Amino acid sequence: MSNAEARLEMLTRINRAVAGVQAPALPTYPQGERLERGALLHQFQDRIEDYRASFMRVPVADVAGAVASALAGAKRVLIPTGLNPDFLPAGLELLRDDPPLSHAGLDGAEAVVTGCAVAISETGTIILDHAPDQGRRALTLIPDLHICIIRAEQVVQSVLEGVQLVEASVQAGQPLTWISGGSATSDIELVRVEGVHGPRRLCVVVVEQIPAH
Amino acid sequence: MSGLHPSKPFPEAARDKVNQPQLRANLRKVTHTIREKRLRAVGELPHWEELRLLGEATKDASLANLSDRLLQLEASVKARGGQVHWARDAAEAREIVVRIAQAHQVDELIKVKSITSDEIELNATLQERGIHAIETDLAELIVQLSHDTPSHILVPAIHRNRAEIQALFNRELPGEGGLSDSPAELAGAARRYLRHKFLTTKMAVSGVNFAVAETGTVCVVESEGNGRMCLTLPEVLVSIMGIEKVLERWEDLSVFMELLPRSSTAERMNPYTSFWSGVTPGDGPQEFHLILLDNGRTEVLADATGRQTLRCIRCSACLNVCPVYERTGGHAYGSVYPGPIGAILTPQLLGMQDKNANTLPGASSLCGACFDACPVRINIPQVLIYLRGEVTAEKGVTAEALAMKTVGYAMSSGWRFEGALKLARVGQGPLVKGGEITSLPGLLGGWTQSRDLKTLPPQSFREWWKERERDSE
Repeated sequence: MSNAEARLEMLTRINRAVAGVQAPALPTYPQGERLERGALLHQFQDRIEDYRASFMRVPVADVAGAVASALAGAKRVLIPTGLNPDFLPAGLELLRDDPPLSHAGLDGAEAVVTGCAVAISETGTIILDHAPDQGRRALTLIPDLHICIIRAEQVVQSVLEGVQLVEASVQAGQPLTWISGGSATSDIELVRVEGVHGPRRLCVVVVEQIPAH
Repeated sequence: MSGLHPSKPFPEAARDKVNQPQLRANLRKVTHTIREKRLRAVGELPHWEELRLLGEATKDASLANLSDRLLQLEASVKARGGQVHWARDAAEAREIVVRIAQAHQVDELIKVKSITSDEIELNATLQERGIHAIETDLAELIVQLSHDTPSHILVPAIHRNRAEIQALFNRELPGEGGLSDSPAELAGAARRYLRHKFLTTKMAVSGVNFAVAETGTVCVVESEGNGRMCLTLPEVLVSIMGIEKVLERWEDLSVFMELLPRSSTAERMNPYTSFWSGVTPGDGPQEFHLILLDNGRTEVLADATGRQTLRCIRCSACLNVCPVYERTGGHAYGSVYPGPIGAILTPQLLGMQDKNANTLPGASSLCGACFDACPVRINIPQVLIYLRGEVTAEKGVTAEALAMKTVGYAMSSGWRFEGALKLARVGQGPLVKGGEITSLPGLLGGWTQSRDLKTLPPQSFREWWKERERDSE
């Protein structure tokens, strides 16, 4: 068995199969009605809460307080190298992924706090492109609680906008993780159970910029 | 059942299943629940029909240039440090996985639910070579621990109820024994069992939902996080994809991320989707293999009518709306691809000569609900009828064809039909049981295999009419 031989044969079969078949032109991408900014953030909140994740919307000065309340007493907190330290309340035992922690080391964390690349209001989806404020993929996977800090202007309305905004990261070879609520299953009699393997709890903190006077 | 090949013809397998009242009740509940939820999720998007048209065109465009797309995908995956393998059939694909596992000397690997790996019967081959494959999706774990097979694309253990799962986990999961039948507690036990495996296993195998030729990006859509665990924590990752899963551009993914979750789990978006392009230094597996699987797909591609089957994104919406699936469940289809999509995909992948698979296009009432539900507009009823024609052509002149000809002759004139009815009324005598005919002899037996027949009335309408005319004279 040779890979080159299989490759050649499959390509030959394909070319024979579709000889003369024309690719159709793509219709334009349909878009829903456009929401204004306030309605869009309300939609995002509604979608996040519909996944039974928690949602807070605070001015930039109150982020650390919001994170403290979301932590609900959890102390051992994992943070990516690029996270703004002002976002963290005092008195935490911070686990930095620098040098990279072992799997067992990550498993010792109670919570993780990250930023995100973009969020989608229509589906309540957070997209991580694993930039330095989000860390590598395992960081947001192993701890039981994920607190995600999102700047209000990072929230867009449609899936298409979200996909377009992360294209540069993908072209640069970055992996992506899309998160919509906490880990969940409905495999036993269709009863929804939150938290199987990934974080059981997701908490979204949307940060409003304080307007300049 | 394992893999693609049904071990029985559909009517025979279905008869066993429809006689199980508990199974039918479970199936009815599941299909109706998901069906209603899906209608709400889809109803939220006023432009759903336009999305379906775009999904259809995007897939067709990719299939029309499939060899270019696959070559492009191969080049971009390699450019990002991944390795690409081509597999003409199931055996080649299995050997590639075995070879990689042996090169790393692993005797255990973790898997994220992958119908493609079930299609090629990977687990059994690995087991023969001393490599244990652990399923990490909760339903797949239930199926694996009970030495069973999946019965639904999305919820593979839907034929099992919580009491069965409770007994299974208490018996099979190390350290458990006193679990209640609460789904949350049972899921918790699976979490405890698998966490150690996730953190320590060196190699993982996954399927692929979509792959982007332009960027070499591969995508897995899931809910539990077991997918993210398998795709991120091991050192070596092998992903197996049917060649039809490739898309051209990054942006092409968008429409499917809108169509798939709403059609499948009836959610706006599934909890987790992972995208990766080859190998990312310092993040995730540092060795990545992508296997491109044919296994009959190029034959389907060569068929102008059947080709649309390859648009399928495995959402399972067609299963949940199908009156036949609702009564028989997935096992009756005898293949990893059940329901309406399975009824057209399985026989096409295996070839219409397969004596069991070629009964599957008959497993439909042709009501059309599957076409309406399909997010990529596969005209399943059209393909079903087309494949039935192929089966008949394959069989040549059969007893069935002869019987149809005779019926056609009798029905082509009033007096012949009437004569035939009279004969039948006399003839039915010995067959009637409790006012119904449950089994017809010989050639006609096929008709009563899955239905009972009303007896012929003592008088036909035409006879009654004649009598009435006579009386009024």
